[in-house]
Amino acid sequence: MPEYTLKIRRFSPESGEAAYWANYTTELEGHRSVLEGILNVKDREDGSIAIRCSCRAAICGSCGVKINGKPMLACNTHLEWAKSTSRDGAITVEPMGNMPVIKDLIVDMDAVHWKKIQRVTPWLLPDGPPPEREYIVPHENMVDVTQTMACIQCGACVSDCLSMEVDPLFIGPAALAKAYRFVGDPRDGQHLERLKDLSEDPHGIYDCTHCFNCIEACPKGVAPMSQIMRLRRIAGSDHGIDDRNNGHRHEMAFVNNIRRNGLLHEADLLPDSYGGKFHPRAVPELLDSLPVITRALMRRKVTPKSALVHSHKAPKEVKGIFERIEGKDERLELNLYVSGEEKSDEQAPGVPPDAAGGDGQATSSGPQKARG
Amino acid sequence: MKVAYWPGCVSRGFTPELHGAMAKIAPLLDIELLELDRASCCGAGVIAEHNQELADTLNARTFALAQQTDGAMMMNICSTCQGSQSECQERLDANGEYREHINANLSDEGLSYQRGIENKNLLWLLVEEIGLEELRSKVKRPLENLRVGPFYGCYIVRPTDRLKIDEANPRDTYLQLLIEVLGGTVIDYAGAYRCCGFPIITMNKSASLKQAGRHIGDAIDAEADCLVTPCPLCHLNLDLQQPLAAREVGRDLGLPVLHLPQLVGLALGLDPGELGMARHVVKPTTVIDWSTSVVAATG
Repeated sequence: MPEYTLKIRRFSPESGEAAYWANYTTELEGHRSVLEGILNVKDREDGSIAIRCSCRAAICGSCGVKINGKPMLACNTHLEWAKSTSRDGAITVEPMGNMPVIKDLIVDMDAVHWKKIQRVTPWLLPDGPPPEREYIVPHENMVDVTQTMACIQCGACVSDCLSMEVDPLFIGPAALAKAYRFVGDPRDGQHLERLKDLSEDPHGIYDCTHCFNCIEACPKGVAPMSQIMRLRRIAGSDHGIDDRNNGHRHEMAFVNNIRRNGLLHEADLLPDSYGGKFHPRAVPELLDSLPVITRALMRRKVTPKSALVHSHKAPKEVKGIFERIEGKDERLELNLYVSGEEKSDEQAPGVPPDAAGGDGQATSSGPQKARG
Repeated sequence: MKVAYWPGCVSRGFTPELHGAMAKIAPLLDIELLELDRASCCGAGVIAEHNQELADTLNARTFALAQQTDGAMMMNICSTCQGSQSECQERLDANGEYREHINANLSDEGLSYQRGIENKNLLWLLVEEIGLEELRSKVKRPLENLRVGPFYGCYIVRPTDRLKIDEANPRDTYLQLLIEVLGGTVIDYAGAYRCCGFPIITMNKSASLKQAGRHIGDAIDAEADCLVTPCPLCHLNLDLQQPLAAREVGRDLGLPVLHLPQLVGLALGLDPGELGMARHVVKPTTVIDWSTSVVAATG
């Protein structure tokens, strides 16, 4: 039977001592979980190790911890895999981040995670009296919110949220994914109010820094960041909510910048995000950035000419694409979580196409290759 | 090798030294750059946030233009381009019906994206196509005694499945491998895989600068001489905004931040000036003495 070293972060508030690392060894087969390893150690060596767990089948969301620095479910992580991804053979297990530690591997979910979930009014707010019988919801609408409903509230995404790390007030990935669950539900009657609330909150949807950590951390494929982006799309593109955080203005400044120039002209982006160079909102921001602007000019990163003259204009084809797509009545979205991926035996992604080959590389004659 | 080259916007805008440095190192590495000068911005995730179909169409157009060249693959020098384009490509490659729909948006121009283009950031290309040993053999001025902190940022390391980071291609270790091959010392610090904060600079400036400031501070505490990043947007927050970040975190910073091709160029024997290093806000030329064959920190 293989032996595994578990390096566990211990902390007991009543002891008055700082947190410390302690090593334990356990003999278990490699396909057993890190949780089983910890419980084994707890049974045989040190009963005082504290960890929260229940179902042991990746469905209750209780045993979220950091394994080798990354948040995951201890019950859903094989010992052998954990060892192979460790730095020096010892599997490190520590409490999740962004939440206060109660004891050892147990964090205070109430103080952070659940408080934030409550912040987004996580229940249905229907319009008018309920129907006589059940609500009839179109199938595609329910499929649309399935991804967010897969959340098991383990807190792994909260643990790794890089916005929350610098702004603890950020509503955060789990709660915002939960918010989409109701914004996407046709039975809810408060879509606009919810979206306004989440856009206007300085720690709401526009406080996400787009780091993908929550997508990477989620053991259930909820992709919280993608849900936040959908909230932004609906708030901005569909409802035109002009929030006080410059979120929608920044988005539009960026989009219009590319529509005009094809490439990003940064010198316009900052002032436009605040409403334009001469807007009262932009003036203090530009003044605050004056030392930076001055240095950029001094270092010839930017020249007055390059800042003022738009040397690049969008090709007419790019302008045409903007017109064509923005002129459509409906936005088209493809969610791979719902649609899945097409399997093609004939051509795996990554195989260079005909055009790129030229040296006899094998290409398929599959249906996709027939066109063009 | 010949590559369809997508420099991105920022490398030709606020970090012109990046585009210039790439042009300098390319011939030394036998890379022929076929620049995609008709392509448009990748959208940096913001256009996708506005309208997914629009972002996917613009990037499908870029891919189609790349496929018209005789380059062996497409290469970019911006992590954000890599991440945004990989996201669009994932959707385009996953679903034939969707791809056809997007290609219809390109039909006026007679373009069509065929599934399966390889699009690699310079970092990936250096390790996977050129190879570390080949690179080692080209080093003229090993970066001895230079302590370099890798700064990946987000778009080039997450999500791992989309970016095809696995045991066979441990792309999230390439910066470290590269620094070592170039003769430098890798610095282990907390910020290597964290966000620079740039995407929220106009929405929550304080949080944004706090991120940049903390990572720079952590690297200084780990005794780094400089950082290196494959992302020009990270460079904006880490270098251009560094004085403001220092104010935000309440400590002196002053850590030079190099673009990836600059670090490579130095080891290949190029002059720091040629690589545009005097154009940074934190001038690496005043902090580090690059003039000697053995690079040593003066600080």
